[in-house]
This record gives sequence, structure tokens and C-alpha cells, in this order.
Amino acid sequence: MTSGFHIVVCGSLVPDPLQTLEPVQGPGGPGLKNEMMLPSVLDPWAAHALYEAAHLAKQTPDSRVWLVSLGPKARLQQLMMSIAQKAAFQLVAVDGSASGFTDCYDVAAVLAEAIEGIEGLDRSRLLLFGGRSSASRDAGVTMQMVGERLGISEQFLAVDKLEARSDGSLRVLERVEGGRYLASVCDGPPLVCAWSTGELPEPPNNPQIGMQNMRAIMPALQKARTVQVGAAGTDYRSVEVPRQRRDTRVVKMRRSTKSPARSSSGSGAEHGESPLPSTHTRRRHVTQSGPGSLDRRSPGLGGGERWEL
Amino acid sequence: MSTGKAAVEKGPTLSTLPGDDVRQIMWRFAERYDLQMLVQSARAVARGPVARLVADGARNTHEWTPEKAALLNAFDEAGITAVFLEPEHGGFIEGPKNLALALAALELAWVDGGAATGAMAGHLGLAPIHEKGTPEQSELYMKRSAPVQPGEKREQWRGAFALTEPIPYVGVDTGVLNGKVTVKEWKGGEEPILHVEKRGRFITNMAFANFVAAAVDTGDERIKSSCMVILEEGDPGTYDRGTPTKKLVHQLSSTNDPIFSLDVPASRIIGGYTIKDGVIVPNYSHGEIIDSVFKRTRVTVGLMTAAKLLSAVEPVIRYQRGRFRGGESDQPGTPRHDLGLQQKEDALHRLVDIWATGEAGASLGFWAARVFDELDPMDHRRPEIFAKYDIPEGRRALRAMAEWTERAVEYVRLAAKPAADRDQARFQELEGNELVQYLVTDALANVLCPAVKLWNTGHGANMMREAVSLMGGYGITEDCPGFLPQKWMDAQLEATYEGPEAVQRRQLSVTMTNAIFLAQFEEWIREMRRVAGMRPGSGACTLASAMELWLWTLRHLLEAKDAAGNPLYKGHRQGVTFPLADALCWLLASRSQITDMIELEERGPQNPSLSEGLAGFLRFFTDLCHVQAASAAGEVSRVCSSLVFGYNAHPSWKTDAGNVYDARELVVLENVMPGLCSCAVDALDEDLGAPLKRGPCVRFDGYEPFNLRRGKLDGCLTGSRLAKDNAARMLTEVMIPESLDYPQ
Repeated sequence: MTSGFHIVVCGSLVPDPLQTLEPVQGPGGPGLKNEMMLPSVLDPWAAHALYEAAHLAKQTPDSRVWLVSLGPKARLQQLMMSIAQKAAFQLVAVDGSASGFTDCYDVAAVLAEAIEGIEGLDRSRLLLFGGRSSASRDAGVTMQMVGERLGISEQFLAVDKLEARSDGSLRVLERVEGGRYLASVCDGPPLVCAWSTGELPEPPNNPQIGMQNMRAIMPALQKARTVQVGAAGTDYRSVEVPRQRRDTRVVKMRRSTKSPARSSSGSGAEHGESPLPSTHTRRRHVTQSGPGSLDRRSPGLGGGERWEL
Repeated sequence: MSTGKAAVEKGPTLSTLPGDDVRQIMWRFAERYDLQMLVQSARAVARGPVARLVADGARNTHEWTPEKAALLNAFDEAGITAVFLEPEHGGFIEGPKNLALALAALELAWVDGGAATGAMAGHLGLAPIHEKGTPEQSELYMKRSAPVQPGEKREQWRGAFALTEPIPYVGVDTGVLNGKVTVKEWKGGEEPILHVEKRGRFITNMAFANFVAAAVDTGDERIKSSCMVILEEGDPGTYDRGTPTKKLVHQLSSTNDPIFSLDVPASRIIGGYTIKDGVIVPNYSHGEIIDSVFKRTRVTVGLMTAAKLLSAVEPVIRYQRGRFRGGESDQPGTPRHDLGLQQKEDALHRLVDIWATGEAGASLGFWAARVFDELDPMDHRRPEIFAKYDIPEGRRALRAMAEWTERAVEYVRLAAKPAADRDQARFQELEGNELVQYLVTDALANVLCPAVKLWNTGHGANMMREAVSLMGGYGITEDCPGFLPQKWMDAQLEATYEGPEAVQRRQLSVTMTNAIFLAQFEEWIREMRRVAGMRPGSGACTLASAMELWLWTLRHLLEAKDAAGNPLYKGHRQGVTFPLADALCWLLASRSQITDMIELEERGPQNPSLSEGLAGFLRFFTDLCHVQAASAAGEVSRVCSSLVFGYNAHPSWKTDAGNVYDARELVVLENVMPGLCSCAVDALDEDLGAPLKRGPCVRFDGYEPFNLRRGKLDGCLTGSRLAKDNAARMLTEVMIPESLDYPQ
């Protein structure tokens, strides 16, 4: 690969999950009680996407990273005081609601338009990153719609790993059911990656990186376009916040010597997992060709069994 | 949720706990992105690795463990180590850094004071070099202390500051040193080699410091005076880090009692030296250096205690509300379930007091930090400024300064007037005069620094005890949410190190009589009256009355004598000067709290994020200001009365009975002027016997101005308890997070 990636990360703010989140019906539609006053964090899934993007850009010379954020300008500015310290990126800000009650279709349209307007963006080198879903809504559809609007049909959801290979291809691990991964190889960009947790820890804050970022971030915030992405016309019959605790039960299982594959816990690593069951089918990519021709495999515990879908 | 029972007016209420948007405005860094990032960065370290260490029991050892040492890397990565450094030395903040250090200290101390101290101690080790070091010393040690960047191959150095010695040497009196520097070798034409003998006590960072800035006295007639010397780990001789101090607090900072016996080149004398008649003359004595260092670093210590109080609010509210949940009779939706202990007025009132103290302490600390940011550029150019205006150094400067003091006072008066009402040309002339500006700012800084250190830590420690008491039995356990008992004990150390309370009171007793400061103080009284006119519920009028009473008392005591004819306001009469210094701190803290509230009121509307909750914040903070002003008024009133009257001899029946009516006189006078008897406080009986009490009651002849002010002040407390009721009600309504954002 002779040139680096142009990585665009879509991500915005959500209320700090430690806060009391109480849905209320306001004059402008549904929202959270004291929503504007609650401290915000970068949407956790999108945050993983950003950290992965920054890491990939660091490993790949001549790469650039943009963060496209749709949210209230003043609150985005506050968020940047933390996020801008964690990774080097250029901000593309759009001033609008970041509420969990906005319509995903509208949001996708705004994000796609913002991405199309990025100066110097080479769409042939584009990796479009985002979260697999938003912590404030959990619909899990926005990234697909942004990708479609930008004409990117190679889409990977719930990604935990993206590896840029020396031949220019990209290998992607997607979470699938049963705690397993689907491994895919893509010839190269453009593609959409909707990230799960990835593999990287949250980078420590580094004010020196932040100071460098802020030189471009403040102008970006000042010229942020204002958009309307509310939930007008939408009627919410009931709203619930996610349960705060999972009813997790830890069960210790004795490993069977006769059937090692069945004893694996499938907790998220590619190695040591059982192969995908033969009944597993994929709805996406199967018939695609060109840069998206896929070499999928899921190496089992017993020795890297290949699966052609 | 139901509301409290207090019969107070309804209106905007406190929706959430104040967040960054609010604090950035109040503490004046809304335009400083570098500082906002530093806050986020320090917070992540505090509520991450620091909190985990405390929760895991790392405070239970005196030793410097690998787990504690890992914090140093966290400080480095987060930019906390580099805060003190100039950009050319690896830092990222341009210009003065007092506010930056104050913010970082507050964030770290929000969770643990020892972590904050550990982070700040590295800066303290560098501070003598920063303030008075030669350019070569600055270049060398600042760059060595910068965190290692990717691609760099060098060892990062860390410093310590060694002043305190084992008893009976350096403690309260920093002028007495046992550590000595002598000339070991001095060959003609070569740099002298010095020998340093120094034993330290309570030296922070000593478990890992690579270099130490040590204060030593001269032990050789070939060295003119005391000085500070840089000692390095590899110097010939003994660099014994000593044993860990068995302190009960701040266990996340390394504190040892080291022993040094080292040979160092004379170029290690901080600030350099000259040779005159065969004698090495250090350019700065150790006293000059530590004065310039401590007057900055003490401010951050004060903020550490304020952070503890503010951090206590959320855990206490959560504890109060959840106190009865889970019991058999508990029913969701009932006041008992929703409010818990917050149904009780006392629990709320005490929390209001804690919060108000925390706000006032933080406001005072950040005010001081900003003043030092203004002072620093001038202070570093002080020799040039003094030379420009022919001001000599040393004692002769005092005489030369008298004329400039008058001009500085004139500037203060002009600055307080509206532009239309003053001689604008004269004002601009004085404003453009560096010496005048230096004197005005220095006079203020010299009061604020000891005030922050004294009041924030001393009174703060008392209020932390209140916070602990509000947590019931939890308050004395290791797993108390918010680490409140640990913070209570830590506060006591903060009141002690970098100059215990007596040192701060002594400094205040000198600096608070400075004419330039008193001119500013008088203008603040007028300012508070104006504020009260526009914001009647803020307690500004109460405060102004208390300030008037304090000022009258100070001026009275400066002239007054005690019953034995001895002057009252003298250095050794600490029974007079110290309480008055304490009282001043209450006033300064309250004023700074009110000005911060005004800043929020004026600039808050510019931030759209605050539009939803600003009215509630303002109402709550206004009430807190009123509560704190009333507390300050009470303290001032008590102190001033005791000082004004306490040194007078009580009238006695033997010497003063002649001034007392007897019963027969009163009968006659009553016939002449009916009702007069009721005015007679004392009267002898028909046999000229005295009533059974100590003596005739005290007469107030000559004290009418005091009584007038005191009586007025009592009346000025009107409404302050209503403000407390109102603030208490809002505490029952404020929304708090589901859980604390750091481990317990």
C-alpha cells in the first residue's frame, strides 16, 4: 500500500451513564430530565472506533483521521476537552440534537452530507468508522445508512479487529452469535466498520495532543452547520432506560477431554473458539465481488478450519 | 419526589450538581482550553488509578510500593508532571501556571490528597530553580524533569524539596537551619567544591527523587550566607533516602527522613554566586528562595482541602437519601424512601454549611491563584522594575517605597471609581506604571496566600469532621463512600505542611496592615454594598458590615493599649494579631464566593448548555453566599468584640463604685425625671451595698462607633437563616448521579 487511509469516525456525545437518566416528555418532544445539564461522554462504541482509527492511522503512514460529530455545539466543545487529548484527529462538527430520540434516518443523512463535504477526503481510501450502535438509542442502524448514502456497500458490523495487511487487504473480525467471530478479508477501502469494543484500551489523556488538536477544533466548532434532526412526527408510546445491572450468573464448567471445542467459553477471542456451525448463514457480502471478494474463515480450536460462504 | 418541609418560597431550584460548564465560569477558565484539558486529564487519573489504589487499601502502608510508583507514570502520561514546565522545557502551558497547578491539585485531591501532594511535590522540587535558578540550572533540571517522549532515550529525573529538619531545627521558624555547607576544596582559578551536610524530615518524593533542592546554612567563613543547593543522586558521598515517615495520612505520597553528606560544585548553589574578597556570596539566601516558592505553592495546598469538602457533597446526599431504603417498612414513593435523612432539617443544614465552606474555600483559592498569575511576570522582573525606579534592595527599600505606596493607594482609589467620575489621565498614568502595579498586586498576594493556606485547611479540616459525622458509622470506616474519613485526616496534614497555621497567622498579621491592602479592603466594602443593592439575597450587605467592623477593630487595636498600658497590636501579642488574622480570612473567603457567583450570573447566559439550569444554580449559589456571609459575620463579630473589650480591666466596686447611683439618689431623680430608674444599670442599695456581681457593668464610652457597627451587623443577619432553609430545600430536590464516579 503506497498511501495511507482516510478514516472518518462518526461519533457524538451521550449522557454519562453514571448519571440518573430519567425519560421525560418535554415541550419539544421526549428527552431526559435535565439532559442539557448532565455531563456527557463520547458514545462508548464510537469511542472505541476513534481509538482504533487513531491507532491504525499511527501504524499506517500518510493516514488522516476525521471525527464527524452531530451534537449541540457548546456541549461538543466541552466533550472535546477530554476527547481531543486521547487521539489526533480533525473535527467536523454539526450543530444539532444528540438526543437518543432523534430519527436515525435523519441523522444518517446529516452525517453523510457532512462527510461528503470534507475537504481533501479521498473516498477511494475511505474507512468509515463508527459504533455498532449508540449508547443512547441502541438502534444499531445509523452506520449502515451512512454507508449506503456514500455508496459503500462493504459493511462490517460489531467489529472487534481490523488488520491492515502488507498486500493492501484488510482483515476484519466481526462478532457473531455465540461469542464467536466471523473473519473476513477485504481487498481494500472503501468500507464501513461499525465497531464493538475493539481491542485497544482507552488511551490516557495527553494535553499536548489536545493542544495540537484544539488549534483546528475550535474553528471547526465555530463554523459548525446547524441542522434539525429532531423526532418531529414520531410518537413514543413508552420509553425505558436500560437496566443498570445484568443478571449475570457465573457457571464453572468442567472441560471435556473428548470434545474440547464444546468446552470453550467463546468470550471474545478468535483463537480457542469453536468453528461456526454449518447452519450459520450470512446475509451480507456473499454474492459480492471486486474489492469485496471475501475469504472468510473461522479457525477452530482444532486447527484453523476454513469456511467459505 | 416530594419536597422538604421548610416553609420557603418556591422558584427555580438546583437541578443537578454543578458541572464543568459552571465551574469554568466561576473559576475563570472558560476561555482557557489548555486548563480545561488539564482538568479532564487530572480527573481521569484521580478517579481512575488513584481511586483504585485507595480502594485497594494502598494507604495502609508507609512504604513506597510499586503500585504507588505506578502513579508517577500516570501523572506523566496525563501531562500533570509537565504542567509546571515551560513549553521549551517540555511543558504545554504558556505563561504563569498558578491557576493550572491549582486546578490539577483540586482534581487530584477530590479523590486523594496524598496523590495530589505527590504530583505537586515534584513541582516543589523544581520551584526554587524555577524562581531563582540560573538560566543554566533551569535549562538542565527542567528538561531532565520533563516526561520522556516517544523516541527519546534518557532517564526522567524527579526532584524533592528538602527544608524541614528533625526537631529542634527547621519547623515553624524556617530561619534556623542545622544543615551546613562548607568549602571542601578551592583551588586557585577553579570552581570551589562544597561539602553539604543535611538531614531532612518529612521530605516528599524522597523514595525516588534523583535530585534534591536542599536548604543549608553557611558553616564556613568563606561562604557568606545560607543558600539552597542542588544535590544529585550520583554526587560523591552519602545520598541516603532514609526511612519512610510513619505518617497516618497522605500515604500515596512518598515521605522519608533522608540524610545527605555530599560534595558538590559551587555551581549547584541555586541562583548562582559571586566571589568577593575570597568569600563565596550566594546570590540568594535560602530564606529569599523559600519565600518566593512557598507564597505560590501554599495556594494549591489550600485548594486541596476545599476539594475534599466539595467532593463530600455527593456521597453525603446519596447516603442521606438511601439511609432507610431496603428496610421492612420502606415503600418506594414515600418521603422516607425518597428523602431518607433529608427529611431532617439538621442533616440538611449541616450539609449546607459544608458545601458553603467548600465553595468559599475554592473561590478564595482560585482568586489567589489568579492573582499570582498576574503577579508572576512582574515578580520575575522585580529587580529590573526596582532599578528603573531607583528603589534600593533591602531595608533601604522601605523608605524609598513610602512615596510609591501613596501612589499605589491613589491608584486603588481611582480604579474603584467609575471612569466618568475619576481623573482618567492620572488613572491611566498609574495603571501604566509597573511599580505601582507590582505594589498593588504584591500587597494583595501577600495577604491572599496565607489566608488561603490558613482558612481553607484549618477551618476546612473542622468542616470535614462535620462531613464525616453526617455519614454516621460509615464515616469511620475505610469503605466510607468518597473516602471521607481519609480526607478528614489528610486535611490536618494540609493545615500543617508548607508552613503550619501559626506561620500563616504571623505572616497575615504583618501583611494585612499594609496600607495598599487596606485601601483595597475599603473599596471592597463599598463594592459589597453595591452588590447588595443589586442582589439583595446574596449576603453582600452582611459581609460589608462585617468588613467594616473588622476594619474599625484593626485600626482601634493598632492604637489601643491593654489594661496595663501595653500596646495591643504588636508582633509578640499573638492573642491579638492571630484572631484578627483568622477573622480576615472569613471575610476574604466570603467576598470571593460572592464575586464568583456574580461571574456566573453575568457570563452564564452566554453558554447555551446552561440555559436549562442556570436560574437554579444562581439561586442556590446566592443562598450559599448568604449562609457563608452570615457565618463569617458571626466569627468576625465574636473575634472583634473579644479583642476590643477583652483587654480592658473590668470595673470593680472598689474603684468604680463612685460612678454608680445609690438607691436614694435614684428615688430623687425618678421624681424629677420619671422613668430614669429604668436606665440605671447598676445601683447600690440603701446601705450603699453593691449588688452581688463582679462590679459595675462596663460602660461603652468611646466605643460607640464599635457598638454601632456591631449592632448593625447583628441586624444584617436578617434573612440569613431563610437562605439556609432555602438552600436546604434545594438539597432535597437536586438530582445526583446513580453512583459515585470512582471506586469505593
